[in-house]
Amino acid sequence: MPERVDRALVDLAIVDLAIVDLSLVVNERPITLRVEPRETLADVLRERLGLTGLKVSCDAQVCGACTALVDGLAVSACTYLAVDADGRSVATIEGLTRDGELTPLQQAFIDEAAFQCGFCTAGMLMTAAALLDENRSPSREEVVAAIDGNLCRCTGYVPIVEAVLRAAEVGR
Amino acid sequence: MTTHARAATGPLSPSPIGESVPRRDGRDKVTGAARFTADLIVPGMARAKILRSPYAHARIRSIDASAARAHGGVIAVVSAADLPDVNLYYGHAVADHPILADGVVRYAGEAVVGVVAEDLISAEEALALVQVDYEPLTAVTSVEAALAEGAPILHEREAEQRPNRGFEEHIEREHPNVCSTSRQRWGDIEAAFEGAHLVLKGTYRYPNSYAFAMEPYTAVAQWTEGALQVWSSCQHPFMVRDDLARCFRLPLSRVRVVVPYVGGGYGSKSYTKIEPLTAALALRAGRPVKLALSIEESILTTRGDGAAVTVRSAFDAEGHLRGRQAEILLNSGAYAENSPLVGRKAANRIAGPYRIPAVDVTCHVVYTNTSPASSFRGFGAPQGNFAAESQMDEAADLLGFDALEIRRRNVVAPGEPPWPKVRGLDADLDADLCLVAEELDWWMPPSPGRGRAIGISASDAGSEPVTTSLVRVSADGSVTVTAGSTEIGQGSSTVLPQIAAGELGVPLDRVQLLQSDTTAVSFDRSTGASRTTTIMGLGIQAAAHDARRQLVAWAEEALADGDVVVEVPGGVRIGETIHDWGSVVRAWFGGSYGECVGRGYVRREGRTQQMPPFWEIGCVGVEVSVDEDTGVVTVERLVTVGDVGCAINPQLVESQDLGAAIMGLGMALGEELVYTEDGTLLGGGLVDYRVPRASDIPRVTSILAERGDGVGVYGAKGGGEGAVNPIAGAVANAVKRATGVRVVEAPLTPERVWRALQERDRTSG
Repeated sequence: MPERVDRALVDLAIVDLAIVDLSLVVNERPITLRVEPRETLADVLRERLGLTGLKVSCDAQVCGACTALVDGLAVSACTYLAVDADGRSVATIEGLTRDGELTPLQQAFIDEAAFQCGFCTAGMLMTAAALLDENRSPSREEVVAAIDGNLCRCTGYVPIVEAVLRAAEVGR
Repeated sequence: MTTHARAATGPLSPSPIGESVPRRDGRDKVTGAARFTADLIVPGMARAKILRSPYAHARIRSIDASAARAHGGVIAVVSAADLPDVNLYYGHAVADHPILADGVVRYAGEAVVGVVAEDLISAEEALALVQVDYEPLTAVTSVEAALAEGAPILHEREAEQRPNRGFEEHIEREHPNVCSTSRQRWGDIEAAFEGAHLVLKGTYRYPNSYAFAMEPYTAVAQWTEGALQVWSSCQHPFMVRDDLARCFRLPLSRVRVVVPYVGGGYGSKSYTKIEPLTAALALRAGRPVKLALSIEESILTTRGDGAAVTVRSAFDAEGHLRGRQAEILLNSGAYAENSPLVGRKAANRIAGPYRIPAVDVTCHVVYTNTSPASSFRGFGAPQGNFAAESQMDEAADLLGFDALEIRRRNVVAPGEPPWPKVRGLDADLDADLCLVAEELDWWMPPSPGRGRAIGISASDAGSEPVTTSLVRVSADGSVTVTAGSTEIGQGSSTVLPQIAAGELGVPLDRVQLLQSDTTAVSFDRSTGASRTTTIMGLGIQAAAHDARRQLVAWAEEALADGDVVVEVPGGVRIGETIHDWGSVVRAWFGGSYGECVGRGYVRREGRTQQMPPFWEIGCVGVEVSVDEDTGVVTVERLVTVGDVGCAINPQLVESQDLGAAIMGLGMALGEELVYTEDGTLLGGGLVDYRVPRASDIPRVTSILAERGDGVGVYGAKGGGEGAVNPIAGAVANAVKRATGVRVVEAPLTPERVWRALQERDRTSG
């Protein structure tokens, strides 16, 4: 680590960055806002739109806690630049519930005790939702493969796999 | 997949005790509505960032913060020199930890300067403008280096010992770099070894580890009219309050610590972490401040104690343990944190749940120039258990006994104290071992290339039995319960209302629980050592009984008119009429409102007099396969027994037990924090610190053993921590059975196993 600060680098970091207009759909609601290019999707969702159900843990695309769906694909919002979501549709955990009704996937997470502290849950649910959108009857191996990029420190994963399989069963 | 070995105990039905009712926090957590500390916004709140030392050991010559102070958006730049009015050193055991580095840094990553700004980006930019002039000093990162002749002394100043350290004896220090020494001795150790048929000696190592609670350390602090309020992702709000009151010279009542949902703890959020720093920054900024660490910074904040354990065990020809001697060296990092208690527990727990006539154990908690170590699930137990259980299998082989049989011959019997002057064992270990063996098909040989092992541990758990609870019965008969215990994911927000509902005979949905707010909720010592269901459960039971006693008296006074009052679930019967608790409250106050307040106190008296409050059992079985070309160990089968006395909510108990076992697998197979000689943490992020993933999980069987033998309500005792303790030893023993190689250092990484296999082939060929 440098002991002396490189002034040129600091100056570069603090020049006014361009502001970009961003239009996207979040949980089926059209949103327009102005962001800096360096803002991540997680920053925008959590800090600007108040969608704090999305959690940031590793901040390095390793743990899956911040998983959101962009045009139906699971992405790590901690490293996904907000500007890249321009013109796209974003889904977060807050958008799962319809008219106050839990989805079969959410209900299955409760029934199977598929969470304890709940910090990985938003990411797990969104990853599982993306899987079930694509594959309505996944095998156990397919569920494990789908959530292998989502870390959970509480449950030992077994109840999470059971919950996704149960949701697939109910959904059929 | 779950078997219940259940002896019928429990309250009068109908009752939610023993029912797997859905989690109270379920809906919030699956909809994103659950609020964690990181989600909080306090009006006027500024953000903070911390400048950390790049050196593991250095003197600070000077700090120049002028450019940072002048930077746009910056509100305050704070170093130790800016806190003359604050008690700079904190620590519940030994007050050796400065809020910000005080002229010297003792580990790479130590907090040196805090910057408060309007937004995070301004704070980050200002950090780069702070100039710190360091004079590097020699660093010691291993226990061997710290205890070597001529090693630099980490703490020149003698720190104050605090009363909250969790054990009674004065802390001894035999070397300037020893933070504390704990001993455990009984019997005639010399005689035990003199007449022994077999003596084994070995040194075993357990890694420096990281709990990786997915929510990093986060706190928000606000000063209002000289009083301090802190929201924090912490397990022990009342302990944090104590440190804050001392740092800022406030009465306890002027410090309020509130804990929102906590994103994982596992012991790593026990005691005080970043709360004093956040409060100091808020004080200097004159604004509410949020400090949210990254995972990399959290790794630098607290880790688990690594251990070098040298143990000698003496056996007779029949496989009975005659004596055990051990020296445990814990690598506890730069500050004491909770390591003195970890050391105390390590010294207690290495005897195992075995009947040993003579024991002589010394545990040194050693300061090194690495990140501070503290509580981590099972603390002290997994370190010693890895060594001790490895030796039990070695002895079985040398004496020609089955590995299950040698354990069955030695385990402490129900009711027998594992060592002098402690509570008799409240568990049936022989039965637990047999449950695992049966599930693992112990008596059928495994497939070629596979090995099986069974591990067991018993920990003096429950911490100190000091807690209070209030049960408030409203005029409509609904109930509010207060508990200073924290919901850290273990399910206390579900289980504690179940106990209240069961004790008052009211429907579960009429019970509301208020937790973890030091001003709004009455005192609880801590949320750790698996104590909440047992100790807080007793507090709630006592408060419920106190409320019921008052309500019956009120019914006699206001409703009975001389008739006999008979208590029934949920109220009283007078003649043929049932009056629920709400109507008793209304009648006594003579109107439509009022409230009955029941008080529950738990302390060291009666059934919680004898320490420990309960023994926490870990009993697991594993079957492994080993890829001899790569050294990769795969755990194929895992069996756990949750010996919990009574499962108030079986589903929650099972998932706790499974979670603990899988956490243990991480340290058995891959998790390890490695420091270079100059004190740099290698791979201090989640890319390199690899925790178990879904694809690592073996076929699992969870067994609950409910024999009603705990001190808690309905015979409950603690769970959720025990299964982490015997895993690494069981994996090492199973690898030995699969391959013939003994690995004495956890984790059993592919490289370690491969090297051991190469050595085997070289020496045998």
